[in-house]
Amino acid sequence: MRPRRSIAPSAVLWLAVGAAYFLIPLLATFLFSLRHDQTGACCTLANYGTILHDPSFWKNIKTSFILSLETIAISLLLLVPTVYWVHLKLPRLRPVIGFLALIPFVVPPIILVVGLLDVYRGTPPWFYAQPYGFLVAAYVILAFPYVYFSLDAGFRAIDIHTLTEAAQSLGAGWPSTLLRVILPNIKAAALAGSFLTLAIVMGEFTIASLSAFHTFPVYIQQVQQDKLYAASAVSLLSFAITWAAMVSLLFVGRGRAVQVGAAR
Amino acid sequence: MATVELQELRRVFPGNVVALDGISVALEAGEFLSLLGPSGCGKTTALRLVAGFDRPTSGRVLVDGKDVTGVPPNRRDMGMVFQAYSLFPNLTAARNVEFGLKIRRRPRAERRARVRELLELVGLGQAADRYPHQLSGGMQQRVALARALAIEPRVLLLDEPLSALDAKVRVQLREEIRRIQLELGITTIYVTHDQEEALSISDRVAVMSKGRIEQIGTPAEIYGEPRTPFVAEFIGTMNRLPSTVVGDGWVEHGSVRLRVDAARGRRRGERVLLLVRPETVELAPADAATAAEDALQGTVLTHTFLGGSTRVRVDVGSAEIAADIPTARAGELAIGARVQARFSPESARLLALSEAPDARVVAEDVVSAAVS
Repeated sequence: MRPRRSIAPSAVLWLAVGAAYFLIPLLATFLFSLRHDQTGACCTLANYGTILHDPSFWKNIKTSFILSLETIAISLLLLVPTVYWVHLKLPRLRPVIGFLALIPFVVPPIILVVGLLDVYRGTPPWFYAQPYGFLVAAYVILAFPYVYFSLDAGFRAIDIHTLTEAAQSLGAGWPSTLLRVILPNIKAAALAGSFLTLAIVMGEFTIASLSAFHTFPVYIQQVQQDKLYAASAVSLLSFAITWAAMVSLLFVGRGRAVQVGAAR
Repeated sequence: MATVELQELRRVFPGNVVALDGISVALEAGEFLSLLGPSGCGKTTALRLVAGFDRPTSGRVLVDGKDVTGVPPNRRDMGMVFQAYSLFPNLTAARNVEFGLKIRRRPRAERRARVRELLELVGLGQAADRYPHQLSGGMQQRVALARALAIEPRVLLLDEPLSALDAKVRVQLREEIRRIQLELGITTIYVTHDQEEALSISDRVAVMSKGRIEQIGTPAEIYGEPRTPFVAEFIGTMNRLPSTVVGDGWVEHGSVRLRVDAARGRRRGERVLLLVRPETVELAPADAATAAEDALQGTVLTHTFLGGSTRVRVDVGSAEIAADIPTARAGELAIGARVQARFSPESARLLALSEAPDARVVAEDVVSAAVS
């Protein structure tokens, strides 16, 4: 029998403090969202009903969701072949790309949006005036570090040279090698990057607001101005969506990590 | 079955690093050739040029007389087994074997039959549905071999496929590789640093050093008639005794005259390196009464137990020589005992000493020691 490992009391204390740090604001928001919109009395689910029956809620959440998917698709299309090629043929460029990937962390979103508005001025209206054009371009930049570092870790976890050469010796060309061999083996990394991108885009406010597009976070902010308690309900719903994405990532990542780790 | 020809293949890497310095070799259809050499000798570079993963700086690769030097690897029809485990982790053993057939768009029924047949051939019919991480290293390399053979390649290339496996599995699998190669009659190039492996399964062995082929021949030729000091030193254990030709069929080492058939026809006074395998050296207890004139006299230094035989090192004054004697007899030759060492005249080889710059007078044991 494996001996049971006891947890030190100090560890329990720190875990409790850490959990409280995260859970108390959530609990407070939840309790706040249960107050009556007019009287402030506790407790009612009416705010959730109001939000879920508001067409703007669904319209904006759909917009943000489509933006997320578009950002994920473009990021992966751009970065999977790039990172693959860098790992395979240009390993010296890895630090350079790693440095470039840090820039979106360093440049504040307000600077980014002003710069992007200026850069893209004069582009066709279908791009410049549409969230699915301009905003996606900005979000691909924002998501760059998350997608790049996830993919980089994924490519480092497999023997990319041997797998590529094995596929080629069996007759596979570059597209087949990438789609049939490499992609399935970095699936967990691609999913990790995708979920992080989803979380970022679903919560991004500054760029959307400053460039006057209506997305889910902008909607939350508008609700907050009119209906204080309902805004808490929207925030929690937004949190639940992000949380669901993270949990899926956890499960997908764990399953693959075990398999690849054991194979090596 | 295909013929393969490497013509003056040369590969220079950036920084003027010459990995391959113009090697030429021709393989008959169905032949099993091993490229053998120490780490960095260029053997894997040569194999990668044949596979098409790298382009030569100059020279050509011909398959069935056709120049394939510029043909990409996926169009060369060559199966390859790699040193590292190369199975696709997301596919089962059967799907791995099927991969090349799918790429070639073979009908499903044909694919299934071929996969079953090949997994049976490598003794893994029961492991078809297992993923690579559920297979041992030896099993993974068997699947890799089945996968390489599934596409019915014109040439089979093996790049140190056994180096990651433990000793027992290595021996078992190398014999299986040879059995399958003979059964299918496929032209094969096998890269290894393990001389025992190369000598035991090849039709011919090319011993490489510093980007060149030092000697190419059958395993018996390579072992018994090394033509360069490098081959003599690299293959097996060799006693090397600097000597002088003193007559037709006679050399002198120190003050001892030794009969050597290979000295016939050589110029008197020529400085030579006398090469003698330990297994051809006979040891006998020596005393003043029995000392023979044409034997090296010395003192036993060490015993090394090798199983059926024991390697005895003897200090003969001017040199140290090794002799393999039956273990049952080792007790007669205790450490410190005076012995005399002899060998038959036809068993010794001679190399002109100018060809052997590093003539340290010791027996060098390099059996499987030249690891990459």
